[in-house]
This record gives sequence, structure tokens and C-alpha cells, in this order.
Amino acid sequence: MSRKLELIVLAIILIFAVLFIYMSSTTDAEYGGADGEAENVINEITGGTYEPNAKPLWEPPSGEIESLLFGLQAAIGAGIIGYFLGYYRAKSKYEKEPEYKGKKSPEGDRQSL
Amino acid sequence: MHIMEGFLPTPWWQVWFAVSIPVILYGIYKMNRLVNEKREILPLLAVAGAFIFVLSSLKLPSIITGSCSHPTGTGIAAIMFGPAISAVLGIIVLVYQALFLAHGGFITLGANVFSMGIVGPAFAYLIYKAGMKAKLNFYAVVFLATAFGDWATYVTTSVELALAYPAGDVLTFAGFMSSFGKFAAIFAWTQVPLAIMEGAVSALLFKYVVNIKSDILVELKVLEDAVVRKLRGTSA
Repeated sequence: MSRKLELIVLAIILIFAVLFIYMSSTTDAEYGGADGEAENVINEITGGTYEPNAKPLWEPPSGEIESLLFGLQAAIGAGIIGYFLGYYRAKSKYEKEPEYKGKKSPEGDRQSL
Repeated sequence: MHIMEGFLPTPWWQVWFAVSIPVILYGIYKMNRLVNEKREILPLLAVAGAFIFVLSSLKLPSIITGSCSHPTGTGIAAIMFGPAISAVLGIIVLVYQALFLAHGGFITLGANVFSMGIVGPAFAYLIYKAGMKAKLNFYAVVFLATAFGDWATYVTTSVELALAYPAGDVLTFAGFMSSFGKFAAIFAWTQVPLAIMEGAVSALLFKYVVNIKSDILVELKVLEDAVVRKLRGTSA
């Protein structure tokens, strides 16, 4: 199995990682959120007169809690991806085995996702 | 990064809801029909939705602007299921972030669905179809489609904000362009390196799906049988 694509993707990520480490040590960029910067531009354009017409229903009480919830979001997604890719992988592997066909039960089709 | 809660004045937040709601309804209808006809696609639908969950949770630093934003992850869903179903998957993530993270919002949900769930995926879908028609390398096409889909999302966000906050008191073309330049300088430029990374990771995920479950991609008419055999034979 060729790993060419994996190597290309790894190289792209590494290039950005190295550039980021270099830039973050040579410049004093804050790496704040782009949405926060947009808020500044809105204030600049409107001369600070715009009042938000709604507030978030609930805000994470601290940056730590916010990181927790972002991390949770990633974990839920990663878990689902891993589960189903593993399911597909095992399924295609066992379906190729000769003895699998004989074992196929009548409800096999109904259960197969 | 989505438009923050409360930061779209009347009538713009209503306008984006009016545009997005029909697409969402159509997407729900299409998704129901697809799942009823082909139950075996359910896990793939879950994977596509989960991919949006993962990618939109990763706030990455952008070396161009020195600020952070996150990729969208919607390109995969767009290629597999089309833009309407992607909009439905996208709204799940947008609601999660608006509810628990104060990121995006409910007033701005319509605008955020339009940019991330509709325009981005539509671009990804069109680029994918065009690329495959031109018989380019499949993974290169996935890269281009998902990277430009991501980027189109943030260009759209800039358009939405520029329409709501044009320079000057009334909406003129010059005022729109002036504000669009300012918002695009934040969103579109920040997004360039992130979009490239999203494209690369999306191509990689597609490789695994092709390797282990290519028959579903053929059935969904994402790939032709001949292309699958070539992919598995040469680069699998």
C-alpha cells in the first residue's frame, strides 16, 4: 500500500507548523480569533455606534471551559469517524473470507448498514 | 469563524434566514429519502457529519494574518451527498457552537448556515464535478474542491458583513467594496493556509473511504467504477 498521499499531507502540515513556530517567535502577532477582529472593524465602520441586537444564551465562564467544550466537539467527531471507518474496514475484510458467505444469516441483509 | 451573536442588524439576519431555510428543508427531505432508499449510507453520513465536527473545532493559527480561525470540513459532505445535505449537517455543528461555546449565534444562524452550509459546499461540489469531468487526478480534485469550498465560506462571511456594514450610511457599491476589503482582509486572508490544510486532510480521508468502502461511493455516483479500480490498483 503506497503512502504517497500520507507523506504529502504530512509535509504540508509540517511546513505550516514550522512556519508558524518561526513566525510566532519573530513577530508579536496575538493569534486572537478572526471574529474578534471583525468586531473591531464593525466598530470602526460604524464609529462604535452599533449595539449587538442579541447576546449569547450562555457563555463559557472561562477560556479553560471553552477549550474543554471545543475539545469535546473534536473528540465526539473523531470517535464517530474512527468507529465507522473501523466498522467498514472489518466488514470488507471479513466479507472477502470464503467461510463468511456460508454463515450469512437471513437477516444479514437487513442488519447491514 | 462564524458571525458573532447579535452582530447582524435587521434586515440582514432575516434575509439570510429566508435564503437558508428553504435549502435546509430541501436538504432534510433529500436526506430522508436517501436514507430510506439506501440504509447502507448511514455510517458514511455520520462520518461526513463527524468530520465537520472535528475540523470546525480546531482553531488554527494563520501565518498570514497572525490570527486564528477554523476550517469548515463541509467539503467531504458536499462531494459525497451534495450541498443541500451538507447544509443540514453544517447546522448541527453551528447549533452546538452557538449553544455551548458562544461561538456564532442564533440570530446569526441563518447567515452562518448560508456561508458554511450552502455556499462553501456548493463551490466544493461544483469544483469536484468539473474536475472529475476534466479527468484530473481524483485526490487532486478533492483537494481543490474542499480547499476552495472552505475559502468560499469565508469570502461569503465577508460579503454578509460588508452588506450589513457598508462604509457610509447607505448601502452603495463603493461602500460595500470598501467594507468587503476590510472584512476579507481578516477572514479570507486568514483562511488561505487553513483551507490548504483542510484540502489535504480531506483528500486523505477520501483515500481511506475509497480503500475500504468504494462500492458506496459508486452507488452515490461520486466515483465511476473504472476510476475506483484505477485508484485501488495504482495508489491504493
